[in-house]
Amino acid sequence: MPTILSIKDLRKTYDSGFEALKSVSLDIEEGEIIALLGPNGAGKTTLISTICGITMPTSGTVTVAGHDTIKDYRAARSLIGLVPQEIALEPFGRVMSTVRFSRGLFGKPRDDAAVADILKRLSLWDKRDNQIHELSGGMKRRVLIAKALAHEPRILFLDEPTAGVDVELRKDMWAIVEKLRADGVTTILTTHYIEEAEAIADRVGVIANGEILLVEDKDKLMVRMGQKQLDVQLSAQLKHIPQALTKYDLDLKDEGWTLVYRYDTKAERTGITQLLTDVSSAGLQLRDVVTRQSSLEDIFVSLVHKDAEDAA
Amino acid sequence: MNWSAIWAIYTFEMTRFFRTISQSLISPVISTSLYFVVFGAAIGSRIDEVEGVQYGAFIVPGLIMLTVMTQSISAASFGIYFPKFIGTIYEVLSAPMSFLEIVMGYVGAAATKALFIGVIILITSFFFVDIQIAHPLAMAAFLVLTCVSFALFGFIIGIWAGNFEQLQMVPLLIVTPLVFLGGSFYSVSMLPPVWQTISMFNPVVYLISGFRWAFFGVADVPIALSLLAIGGFSGVCLATVWWIFKSGWRIRQ
Repeated sequence: MPTILSIKDLRKTYDSGFEALKSVSLDIEEGEIIALLGPNGAGKTTLISTICGITMPTSGTVTVAGHDTIKDYRAARSLIGLVPQEIALEPFGRVMSTVRFSRGLFGKPRDDAAVADILKRLSLWDKRDNQIHELSGGMKRRVLIAKALAHEPRILFLDEPTAGVDVELRKDMWAIVEKLRADGVTTILTTHYIEEAEAIADRVGVIANGEILLVEDKDKLMVRMGQKQLDVQLSAQLKHIPQALTKYDLDLKDEGWTLVYRYDTKAERTGITQLLTDVSSAGLQLRDVVTRQSSLEDIFVSLVHKDAEDAA
Repeated sequence: MNWSAIWAIYTFEMTRFFRTISQSLISPVISTSLYFVVFGAAIGSRIDEVEGVQYGAFIVPGLIMLTVMTQSISAASFGIYFPKFIGTIYEVLSAPMSFLEIVMGYVGAAATKALFIGVIILITSFFFVDIQIAHPLAMAAFLVLTCVSFALFGFIIGIWAGNFEQLQMVPLLIVTPLVFLGGSFYSVSMLPPVWQTISMFNPVVYLISGFRWAFFGVADVPIALSLLAIGGFSGVCLATVWWIFKSGWRIRQ
């Protein structure tokens, strides 16, 4: 797939001297869904704002389908739709007219059928004549998405789209993003919900302290950094780990009912066979054996921690 | 030129105006009527004529100017401050619009509102006094220019303001005194000589004088000076707005 968004050595230092972005470079392919994960204050929103023209970069370039976001801002911006993190809507505007307004701002001729289609897709059609302040928080978020899609962008930015959103809307939103992908729309979302990245992203970028620590295919990332955990549930409670098993670095949990063993799926020998043999020779009776893949969350936490340690 | 975006902002702002049409129109009409009652009837009955014009009619151009200036400023400053305040400005900043287009949308709408109110006041005044407009075209041109230039000024205030107090401060502390001391209700020639000299530093004197000339053919200062004043004021405002957008001051970090 061709590159649709190219960020090169982007830096942003605010007037206060705060360095929000330290040389960010990233290429995003057309049609992919990329999740930018990072703690609060990592620079996610600054990155998006700089690409979309809300803040000016200190240095570096961004091109959207080959159009420089500063020199050729009209062409670049008309390809981008942005859903901001905070709900920012004119409270007395009506749903339909506020979405129509967005379409007009982006230079598209009025097309009520297109707007109606977007409202229907977002389950807003019944609310089209309501004033914004009459809507629930979840509905307002849908309106923000509708506004971002009003001019049929090729790239959609979702800045923390599901913060404070109920499960149903979150699922709906993921479905919308999936559907947009089918239409070839590229989606860049920031989140600190790991499940979100895990559920819908093709690639995951981890950002902390204004730097991109890593960008990788989600599945590869999980395999590469993934650890597995083996829970051995016992039929008799243990007070401490038997002498014969101390070499395995096991943990005892569930008040002595379960032994926990961690191993690397990539390693040549996982050590499971030997462990189970030794467990058996130690005279322990097994009730069940469970394995669990470590989640993106574990990977994320270990990365950000490592970064913090490196910085210290 | 992204005309569709200018139109979107313009109509959006005008929708807000028409949504609150009653308060937008009733309050200026009521206050103008009060001015007529107090100044025109109560005081005017003792003054009779100023420079050959009946006092009730003499104050009409000043009253229109007073309202049009304050309304242009408040409409434009609120128009751009409110999106900044509630955060919806993000959309305008991320839209494929030039700064000129953003200004045209907001300032155009604010100037239209003020013009609308100015015309309503003019119509209201016909009910109170007998007015002949000597130079209707010049009158219309002066009115439109004042609406636009003060809307530009209001736009600057709206960008500058960090809170609602600041938004109110400039119109209240600077513009209202300047307008009151600008000869809305009197001819500058009625003042003692010292104050006449001081008045010459008040830009609003030139605007009201020019506007009054369009009505009655009499003026405190030469009409060319009035044109120069309004042109100069527009130029300064335009240059400031251009600088604001060039530097991103208080709008795009």
